Amino acid sequence: MALREVALSPQRALAAKLCVNHLSMVFTRDGKSTPVLQDITLEVSEGEFVCLVGPSGCGKSTLLNAIGGLLAPTAGTVFIDNEAVRGPDPRRIFVFQERGVFPWLTVEGNIAFGLFKLSRSEREERVAHYVKMVGLQGFEEAYPSELSGGMKQRLEVARALAVNPDMLYLDEPFGALDSITRHIMRGELLRIWETERKTIVFVTHDIDEAVQLADRVVILSARPAAIQRIVNIDISHPRDISSPRYLELRDGILQQIGLAHKI
Amino acid sequence: MNSLAEPKSWEKVFWPVAAATLLLAVWHYSVRWTATSIFPSPLQVEKGIVELFHKHVLWQDIVSSLRRVVIGFGAATVVGVPLGLSLGWYPAANQVVNPVMQILRPISPIAWIPVAIIFFGVGEYAAIFLIFLGAFFPIVVACVNGVSNVPSVYRRAGRNFGLAPSQLLAKVVFPAALPQIIVGLRLALGIAWLVVVAAEMVAVDSGLGYLVIDSRNSGKRYDLVVAAMLIIGVIGLALDLGIRRLETIKSIRWGFGNGS
Repeated sequence: MALREVALSPQRALAAKLCVNHLSMVFTRDGKSTPVLQDITLEVSEGEFVCLVGPSGCGKSTLLNAIGGLLAPTAGTVFIDNEAVRGPDPRRIFVFQERGVFPWLTVEGNIAFGLFKLSRSEREERVAHYVKMVGLQGFEEAYPSELSGGMKQRLEVARALAVNPDMLYLDEPFGALDSITRHIMRGELLRIWETERKTIVFVTHDIDEAVQLADRVVILSARPAAIQRIVNIDISHPRDISSPRYLELRDGILQQIGLAHKI
Repeated sequence: MNSLAEPKSWEKVFWPVAAATLLLAVWHYSVRWTATSIFPSPLQVEKGIVELFHKHVLWQDIVSSLRRVVIGFGAATVVGVPLGLSLGWYPAANQVVNPVMQILRPISPIAWIPVAIIFFGVGEYAAIFLIFLGAFFPIVVACVNGVSNVPSVYRRAGRNFGLAPSQLLAKVVFPAALPQIIVGLRLALGIAWLVVVAAEMVAVDSGLGYLVIDSRNSGKRYDLVVAAMLIIGVIGLALDLGIRRLETIKSIRWGFGNGS
């Protein structure tokens, strides 16, 4: 079915970097099956920044893992550059919360981790470039246990960018950081995205975060997750987070998820 | 002394010395008041240690014991680490082997002495075999647990960067499991040092275990027995301190306490 649709609208398929086609996921445990994702269809174009939001436990991360090939879907297919995704691929890198950095490697060792195919000089050059980009100069020889949470997160982003992927999958990357660090990290991520123009799929449960970062926000329903609505964030960067349009979009999403405005 | 207060630097030295002195005093006066002629007093043991050091044979005994531990523990490491890593890596294989391991593991190496003598005769190889057995199981178990406790986020990251399974094992799973493996090695070395003394009492005629039993058999020299025991304790402590240094290596230290 997926193939036929691509065939029916070849232009659309060509324009999309990522194409999720009627994806469904059912988890089976102890003979009980739990539907987690229900008929998800989504297109993301080259260089776009898309946020997936939804109530906690709805299956946002499952969707991201399926898109990234870490989980095989029960039904449907994921296409990237018109090629079906069959497994993880170094052209598309996941960034987890900062616990994903390798504690037994230094900052340099972590960034160089995915660069084992490059020559020594190329590797050193690449590492130095990304150390600088994420502002970890002077910490090249440090181990993750000597870094703060925000620095570890930047390290993980640098490790991902160093292999020059076309896409980044971020799974609540700033979830474990304090609110000040999180705020700074969003700014850093946008700065990096504007220079590198990777296609980004970003899972978060923080609606403000989604509206501050994304070109489009995909709102998922409670489990089994289906796409409830897709909101275009038509504000240019840098975004004024007290502007009426920002507040309007944010409140619209809050309402969609069914959260009241007042606490 | 308040248990929450940081002890002053003189206290850190004073109290342990006081405890040791108290123990020596209890020992000394127990020997005097019971007027025993068999069990030695601390002073007699001190003379015994001096006597042993003047005899050339003490150094030979220490070297013999250490050699057996190095060979037995080394062989257990060389065989146990790859085996443990493989079993952790292939849970299906582990399920097959695990029941047998769990039955063999609680058997004291001492119980193997008769079997070891059948296999290797009375001698060097039997002693080394017993040390090997004592060290082998803790090493294997530590490796299996180490591998299966590697957080899945590390494996996923490794796969994501395009690592082949063998690379994933070498570059992600092994370093991630290493702190736990080191703990297993430390435990195994402690056991190896316990076993060598026991093995030397029956299987060979050299080493610190033999020195203990020989001092008793040839003239009931209990001053030398206790002296040899103390030397065994000090060397055991030195071995433990030595292997603990591995835990301070930076690429391993994260697994011990205040890292992340």
